[in-house]
Amino acid sequence: MANSASDTGGSPETRLIVFDDVSKTFPDGTEALDRVSFSVGRREFVTVVGPSGCGKSTLLRMASELTPVTRGRIERAVENIGFVFQDATLLPWRTVQKNVELFPQLHGIAKAERARLAAAALELVGLQGFDHHRPRALSGGMKMRVSLARSLTLRPPLFLFDEPFGALDELTRERLNEELLTVFMREGFGTIFITHSIMEAVFLSTRVLVMSPRPGTIIGSFEVPFPYPRSPQLRFQPEFATLASAVSAALRET
Amino acid sequence: MKEAEPDKGNAKGLFSTVIPPTLTACAVLGLWYFFSLVVLNEGQRFLLPAPHQVVETAFFRWRNLEELLLAARATSLVTVLGLSLAIWIGMMIAISMSQARWFERTFFPYAVAIQAVPIIAIVPVIGLWMGFSFAARVLVTIMISIFPIITNTLFGLKSIESNYHDLFTLHKASRSTRLLRLQLPGALPAIFTGFRISAGLGVVGAIVGEFFFRGGKERGIGRLLATYQARLQIELLVAGIFFSSLLGVALFVGFSALSNRVLASWRPPRPGQMNG
Repeated sequence: MANSASDTGGSPETRLIVFDDVSKTFPDGTEALDRVSFSVGRREFVTVVGPSGCGKSTLLRMASELTPVTRGRIERAVENIGFVFQDATLLPWRTVQKNVELFPQLHGIAKAERARLAAAALELVGLQGFDHHRPRALSGGMKMRVSLARSLTLRPPLFLFDEPFGALDELTRERLNEELLTVFMREGFGTIFITHSIMEAVFLSTRVLVMSPRPGTIIGSFEVPFPYPRSPQLRFQPEFATLASAVSAALRET
Repeated sequence: MKEAEPDKGNAKGLFSTVIPPTLTACAVLGLWYFFSLVVLNEGQRFLLPAPHQVVETAFFRWRNLEELLLAARATSLVTVLGLSLAIWIGMMIAISMSQARWFERTFFPYAVAIQAVPIIAIVPVIGLWMGFSFAARVLVTIMISIFPIITNTLFGLKSIESNYHDLFTLHKASRSTRLLRLQLPGALPAIFTGFRISAGLGVVGAIVGEFFFRGGKERGIGRLLATYQARLQIELLVAGIFFSSLLGVALFVGFSALSNRVLASWRPPRPGQMNG
């Protein structure tokens, strides 16, 4: 359980993305992030926890080039990055199948291949048989699964999650956490996962980063030693509680 | 799909959707009879003939009915053509505005201005320029009905949430892909709202046009209304008003049905929402 303010992860050759002293100031003068440095490698699940408005979402937007960096730099070893928002952002006029086909379609992949990719992705999240449903007929948890399947079609080696389960009830959230880990183990992608929930962070991650309030900066890094696959019972182990309270204490110091 | 109305809801729905408007119709007819037969004396009665007199004169005398039906056909033609052109041109303008800021900034004030200009005021000028027949009537119809198409389409295209745009930006979608796969389908509910509003206005436009431009062989309802008014044929005047409302209602219902058909499967059901 290491605790250092500046964090580096993964050996240099497997690094998918490196944040090097990255700061962000918005045009209106708001300082969102202040000198953030960390990296994520293959098979690494990095979770970022921090108070509301500490620039966590901005971190992901910069990682995916949706927002430019003000100072410092981000090195990406991969082009193909999956991004799952808090909102499922499904197109309501498309069926589940057609929603999952969206990204391959945007990349000009032929129809038959799109259908194959979508079917494989839907199977990964356990949604086979729902192809012809429209999003409005689905529950919040199922919509999130479709959203995840949509990002899985292109098999990105790096995934960004912006509080994807924040709006779901506790039970659904825990179940989706377990399913996400199953997919994570099978696919072996690198992950940056934003959350408010310390339980979720510790359960999912190989490493938890704690951020300070705005302007956000990394004030703590916790290695999570539990091996995968992780059973739901892990949440009730004393080691789990110890680690969770350590993260909580770090958050409280902010 | 899943959310079919439960059966018991239908009988209840019939009571709540059919009975109240029927009561309204009865009340209006009652008031009409009251004014016609009680308030007005025999010398004044021609100003508001009783409902059965209107029905008798307009619907049971073939010559009158034929005249009205032919007029309704002519007016429908002007309305449908004008409305189709308004939809086509209006959507093209709205799409261009959504794609190019400068285009919106350059032309939107004039789209508003067209709406603010009382069309009646420029109708005589249109007649002088275009002649007093069919084309002029269609032009008036377009001018009166195009504004809601432009504003609603533009509103729909621009009201797509930024998350969805991010989705397309992440995958480097081109402008045309974004327009075709995201903005246009997403704008459909607003676009259909524009169609329904414009349907009623299109009928107004066609009748105003016919009222002013009476050239050509075709005799639309607007022209008939002017004739009946001049001849004090109030029964036929009332029937003419009835036919023009019928045309507006038919178009409104048609667009509502089309929009329900297209949107029913994906639009989230909103509680307390009206049909469409």
